Amino acid sequence: MTTAPEPHIVRPYGDTTGDGMVQISFTLPISSLGDQAKLAEGAAAQLANKMGMDPALVVHAKPMGPDFTFFVVYGRVHHLVDTSKVVVVERDYPLLTPKEANASIKRALRRRLTVVGACIGTDAHTVGIDAILNIKGFAGEKGLEYYRELKVVNLGAQVSVPQLVERAREEKADAVLVSQVVTQRDAHLLNTREMSAAFRESYPTDRRPLLIVGGPRFDESMAEELGVDRVFSRGTTPGEVASYLVHRLTTQRKAS
Amino acid sequence: MSTTGRTSKRRTKLDLDPATVRKARALAKKAGRPIVKLAEQHTTVAVERATLRLAGLEGADAEGTPWVNRLMDVVRADTGLEHGVALPVWDALVRGEAEDLSSLAQKASAGSVTFRLPEGKDAVRARTASRKQVARGIKRIDQRRVERDRLIKRQGDAPRKPWIYLIVATGDIYEDIPQAQQAAREGADVIAVIRSTGQSLLDYVPEGATREGFAGTYATQENFRLMRAALDESGKELGRYIRLTNYASGLCMPEIAALAGLERLDMMLNDSMYGILFRDINPVRTFVDQRFSRQVHARAGIIINTGEDNYLTTADAIEAAHTVTTSQLLNEYFAKEAGLEDWQLGLGHAFEIDPEVPDSFRMELAHALLARELFPDAPLKWMPPTRHMTGDVFRGYLLDGFFNLVGALTGQGILLVGMMTEAVVTPWISDRDLALQNVRYVMNAAGNLHEDFRPEPDGFIANRARQVLGESIDLLDRILEHDNGLLDAIADGTFGLMKRPADRGRGLDGVAKKSSVYYNPASEILEEPFETVASQPPQEPKREKKRRTL
Repeated sequence: MTTAPEPHIVRPYGDTTGDGMVQISFTLPISSLGDQAKLAEGAAAQLANKMGMDPALVVHAKPMGPDFTFFVVYGRVHHLVDTSKVVVVERDYPLLTPKEANASIKRALRRRLTVVGACIGTDAHTVGIDAILNIKGFAGEKGLEYYRELKVVNLGAQVSVPQLVERAREEKADAVLVSQVVTQRDAHLLNTREMSAAFRESYPTDRRPLLIVGGPRFDESMAEELGVDRVFSRGTTPGEVASYLVHRLTTQRKAS
Repeated sequence: MSTTGRTSKRRTKLDLDPATVRKARALAKKAGRPIVKLAEQHTTVAVERATLRLAGLEGADAEGTPWVNRLMDVVRADTGLEHGVALPVWDALVRGEAEDLSSLAQKASAGSVTFRLPEGKDAVRARTASRKQVARGIKRIDQRRVERDRLIKRQGDAPRKPWIYLIVATGDIYEDIPQAQQAAREGADVIAVIRSTGQSLLDYVPEGATREGFAGTYATQENFRLMRAALDESGKELGRYIRLTNYASGLCMPEIAALAGLERLDMMLNDSMYGILFRDINPVRTFVDQRFSRQVHARAGIIINTGEDNYLTTADAIEAAHTVTTSQLLNEYFAKEAGLEDWQLGLGHAFEIDPEVPDSFRMELAHALLARELFPDAPLKWMPPTRHMTGDVFRGYLLDGFFNLVGALTGQGILLVGMMTEAVVTPWISDRDLALQNVRYVMNAAGNLHEDFRPEPDGFIANRARQVLGESIDLLDRILEHDNGLLDAIADGTFGLMKRPADRGRGLDGVAKKSSVYYNPASEILEEPFETVASQPPQEPKREKKRRTL
């Protein structure tokens, strides 16, 4: 009996529709030197089987010193992917060009919109915040400094949370952008929670600037849990950030 | 095996115009000279604390504040920073306030010693006593240098150039050690222990063995000692000396340089402007600390690694190529002024051009070759792609292969091994293994290709190199157009997008203009001509002096 394939049900694709072929690589802390080689390959196949690969083909096993072996495994998985059940944060704001963004701000606020940005905690990696804020920009888009109607205050790296709150107050920030690259021991999550708590504490709810956090290892669905308005993850461009700012700060302010 | 390729070659590959090269060096000197003057006229809390460390003051109080900081703070409160720490401290010791430095520091922090600025005979006595004690620390550095040479002779040196440079960075020194030893077994000639992210902005050097850090391990004297001992063990096991690298940057660079000399580290990251531009440390503080730390490195036989890669990670690698050359020229001037020799100049550059750009590989070759020809006797440090590593590890692996190929074609001295998982995870054991296979394949297959490789005299590569050199001369000209030269240029953002005025930035409150009676025994000794017993880099092939007729 054949049923027409449902378009939202897919399997991995090797070279034939529905073959379910995947490739993985990993290291096991076991030797594959000399007569241990067979045992090591068997161990790798066992892991692949347990992960759902069947059949699993160990195509490469390389000893790394006496205690470790690196494996590459190809094999078939039988799992189905249902794309109708994938949950993602869809972009819920229109993408604007810098010109449109400037016009919207001018129309709605009749002043420049102030953005304060920083890397907080011990994080010294300003790559992210600079990519978004510096005029140089990222991925072919100019950074927020390029927007005539945005006033950008980039505090740089290793800014403490109290310093950030103080500067945000001083500058009457409409939005605060925080970048976190270092994720060791979940530093990015801890720092973000500390930051959002500090802003909540020192501002009345309706006056608090928009809090935005970004970095390569953030999960975009975590905004609420972290106490911020928006999380941006890997690959976010300055244009997206600017569009989001305009959307939140011009349309919603008008409504309230 | 053929010769290392220096014999039957024509003189240079790019045929740079010697007059242009001379002009570039002259401009760098002109820009650098006032900075050296400025450095000579000032001192910093970090320079003074480094002096105390050279005099043997170690350890920290119960709260972890180093005794050098405690003592420095009391002296500063009593007599100020401008006369230096030596006169008041050794005056107190000569007066019998305490029997040694360590008990003096403890008494001083308890408030039971008052410091004064000695005059006349008292001052002479304090000078003599301080010089005697600090000289012992510097002698210790000399001994460590001799020891390095001896170990390299006994254990053997890295088998080839470039040296293979690998990074460990777990945050825990006791995790770093087995990782570093394993990396050495896998073929690393140089181990770099990356520092914890926050350390460059700490105004003290943490104490003891540390097990917690963010994206790196704290640089402490004890961590240096532990890793040094472990790598000496590896050297013995593997039959080649394993070099150890750390970072003399940030607010404590003079102290860390001193500790590196005392604990026989072999290479230190040490850039003349990195702290200013990328860490927002005050320019004067940086230049003063820089000069002292370079002098220590010169004395200790340490190879410095400069940080030009940073210009390319924050700006476009094509547009900013000339800022690398300019910075290399400045770093060379500052280094030589401080007594470093050519073999100690690990001038940095990096493979960071967007691979989507047509001819990106030819441009990388042009830039790397330019550095090679401008600094023929420096062991250049070649750094792998990071910006355009996307998470596609397969593509990244290919990019690293091309990076290695440029390294082979242009005779780089130190090759920082690129990881295909750059920007994804801290390197796994398999990432490192694959990365080293990549290096080995390229060196084995094409290590001597530079013997056959000579770009077309008027071709793309030679022209691009000339263009970058020309732009770097223009930049030096623009720097010199400022009233206050380099300082003003840094202030108004001539270097990249960062504006760093001389009266702002971190660590400014730790700077003072020297008084007329200022005395620092360490600076005095480091400025004196130094007879090196074994200043030659071991096994470094003798270079034909003819090549230096630029």
